[in-house]
Amino acid sequence: MAFMDFFKKKSSGEVAKDRLKLLLISDRANCSPEIMEAIKNDIIKVITKYMEIDSEGLDIQITQTESEGGNGTVPVLCANIPVRDIKQR
Amino acid sequence: MSEVIVITSGKGGVGKTTTTANVGTGLAKLNKKVVLIDTDIGLRNLDVVMGLENRIVYNLVDVVEGNCRIKQALIKDKRYPNLYLLPSAQTRDKTAVNPEQMVKLIDELREEFDYILLDCPAGIEQGFKNAIAAADSALIVTTPEVSAIRDADRIIGLLEANEIKKSDLIVNRIRMDMVESGNMMSMDDVVEILAIDLIGAVPDDESVVISTNQGEPCVGDGSLAGQAYMNICHRVLGEEVPFLDLKIKSGFFDKLKKLFK
Repeated sequence: MAFMDFFKKKSSGEVAKDRLKLLLISDRANCSPEIMEAIKNDIIKVITKYMEIDSEGLDIQITQTESEGGNGTVPVLCANIPVRDIKQR
Repeated sequence: MSEVIVITSGKGGVGKTTTTANVGTGLAKLNKKVVLIDTDIGLRNLDVVMGLENRIVYNLVDVVEGNCRIKQALIKDKRYPNLYLLPSAQTRDKTAVNPEQMVKLIDELREEFDYILLDCPAGIEQGFKNAIAAADSALIVTTPEVSAIRDADRIIGLLEANEIKKSDLIVNRIRMDMVESGNMMSMDDVVEILAIDLIGAVPDDESVVISTNQGEPCVGDGSLAGQAYMNICHRVLGEEVPFLDLKIKSGFFDKLKKLFK
């Protein structure tokens, strides 16, 4: 790593590696954008039974996280669901 | 006992044919009886890389269709006593052969040869299925690029699904100067991502282009790529060989220049 790189952003090699990791998770899981969209719609259906959510702002993606056993990374399904109002029963 | 190895990559242009030619020639130099089979029907290239394009009479499709015997189609490389090539057909397409026919053909060759190397076409369609049908193990060639590695990952999955138990990785066209400056993934990065065993790392070397121009594989000559290919051959034979240091030696001023780039 050269001295001037310190001031730059991530090197392109790092960028490539990170992109690949995410790409391969979705490739290996055989998760096409259509399937992700279907999962998203199902999640909306279930959650709206219990609370009011911002379905436009809902975002789901598959990423990686350190596994609890400490043996490498495992894929996780991350859903970010903005709640507007928790319905009173 | 003979071993059937398919050289595959998914993506085109990463160096399957060059790898087949060099590993095959290297194994022949190490006194193994080797046959190279070009399974890329319609786009034959291995003959040119080997410098044997003027000696083709019969081809793979002729053998499968029974127009000739296997012995008639095999081209003997006069430079090495134990090296043969079975060229592919240029005027036909992948559907001219099916996986069962490939298995039958290769079973016949197993009796004669120590190593049978199959040069696989790019893609995952019929040509790929033909090439892997009879293989015992695979050499997966990739370059340190996102597209090539993605395809390699898909190929690894398909090979597992087809019960090819052993797949080893060759990372081709590494430029150590770019790896050092952080602008290319290293072989360690590629191995980490694909999670299979590395059997060789080949530098991006002018000598590969020159030797391909001349139709004479560079394996075992003085060049860095030639050494890398020879090391792969030794590892195919089961020997433990340390990985080459691919760094190009640079002087003090080069280092100084790099510092301020």
